[in-house]
Amino acid sequence: MRNLIRFIDRYSFFFLFLLFEVFAFYLLFKNNHYQQSSFLNSTNSFTGNVYSKYSDFTAYLDLRQINEQLAEQNSNLLENQLNAHHKLFGENIIVNDTIYERQYHYASGRVINNSTNKQNNYLTLDIGKRNGVKPGMGVISPSGIVGVVKNVSKHYSSVLSVLHSNSKISVKLKNSAYFGSVQWDGADYQEGILKDIPNHVSIALGDTIVTSGYSATFPVDLTTGIISRIEKPEGENFYDLRISFSNDFKNLSRVFIVKNNFKTEKEQLEEETTASDD
Amino acid sequence: MIKYFVTYPIQFILLVLVQVLVLNNIQYSGYINPFLYIIFILWLPIEMPRWALLLVATLLGLSVDIFSDTIGMHTSACIFMAFCRPFVLNLLAPRDGYEVNSVPNMQNFGIQWFIGYAATLIFLHHIFLFFVEVFRFSDFFYTIGRTLSSTFFSLILITITQFLKYNSESKR
Repeated sequence: MRNLIRFIDRYSFFFLFLLFEVFAFYLLFKNNHYQQSSFLNSTNSFTGNVYSKYSDFTAYLDLRQINEQLAEQNSNLLENQLNAHHKLFGENIIVNDTIYERQYHYASGRVINNSTNKQNNYLTLDIGKRNGVKPGMGVISPSGIVGVVKNVSKHYSSVLSVLHSNSKISVKLKNSAYFGSVQWDGADYQEGILKDIPNHVSIALGDTIVTSGYSATFPVDLTTGIISRIEKPEGENFYDLRISFSNDFKNLSRVFIVKNNFKTEKEQLEEETTASDD
Repeated sequence: MIKYFVTYPIQFILLVLVQVLVLNNIQYSGYINPFLYIIFILWLPIEMPRWALLLVATLLGLSVDIFSDTIGMHTSACIFMAFCRPFVLNLLAPRDGYEVNSVPNMQNFGIQWFIGYAATLIFLHHIFLFFVEVFRFSDFFYTIGRTLSSTFFSLILITITQFLKYNSESKR
């Protein structure tokens, strides 16, 4: 005890300093929100780290139980497999579904050549005639539309990108049925132009643009982009809209080719109708 | 000795007022923010008891804090500076020790000694203050940069103040 007192006495200045600093920091934390939250945060990241290490460890201890669960699931799956059943009698039954008929087929392909910096951009895909690709089919990516197949060889197909001066994609507003066609002016690969929406329609920045399904190339309601700029030119009845595309044309790898089973039927019907007009 | 009880309170009030009313408004691009008021701690008598040093530093820091809405920040930095002062004085002590009842200023010890003494303590004060202010070590070199530039300007300001006081006293 005497040693302790001697120790405190010898370093009394230091302990006094600590005491005063504790007082100052007490004031600091009590009155300054920033230091308070920052102090608590650093403590939180410390405890969070401890917890995550702990759960890493306990997960390892649970491996036996998890293995048993997986084995059980495996046996259930094996039991439900077709060859686990013994056929009793009769033929396989074919169901003729009269409610649903398949309209679209999708084939997946990989982009092996792409450009975005020219006025007329094309893509090349690694699937072609052998895979059933034909000119005029639509190409989509998981986040938006890519273009239309232009030429097909045995193993490859060439796609006219949306970023092409001749490209016209039939679209509509998602929340109303007003339609138009998206074109590209060759400037920014992330922006397209939509000019055919009449200016009495109420639209807002950020409205979603989807495919209309009128052209039979793309299925209906595929997200194309969102409105990024609205202009109302003087003396015109239509908006001048900028669309920011929902997919990144510089970052395409997996795309899908859309085959519409009803395309010829639809086009033939429309042709007959217009021909009878003349 | 008794004159300390008159001159030091007046100095205290003047320095705090100049700091909070004038100098706190100087803040050049977040880098330079000179602090003159700590000259008060520099000027305290050498013989002053250490506990009194800490107490005075706390009062000084607290008064600046109250005016600039940073309760605790200047207080902790001033306490740290006051804690370091005896050690710095020991390091810079003349060969035959300090005279009794002397004040560490330019008149008594010369300009070179004073700048070394002031620069060390100003730097210690500023580095503590700026790290308490940002309260993290992530922008370490940015904070060091702020400390160095502010130390430089505080030192210039404090040296000028010291010169002014020296002149007015020598005329008397």
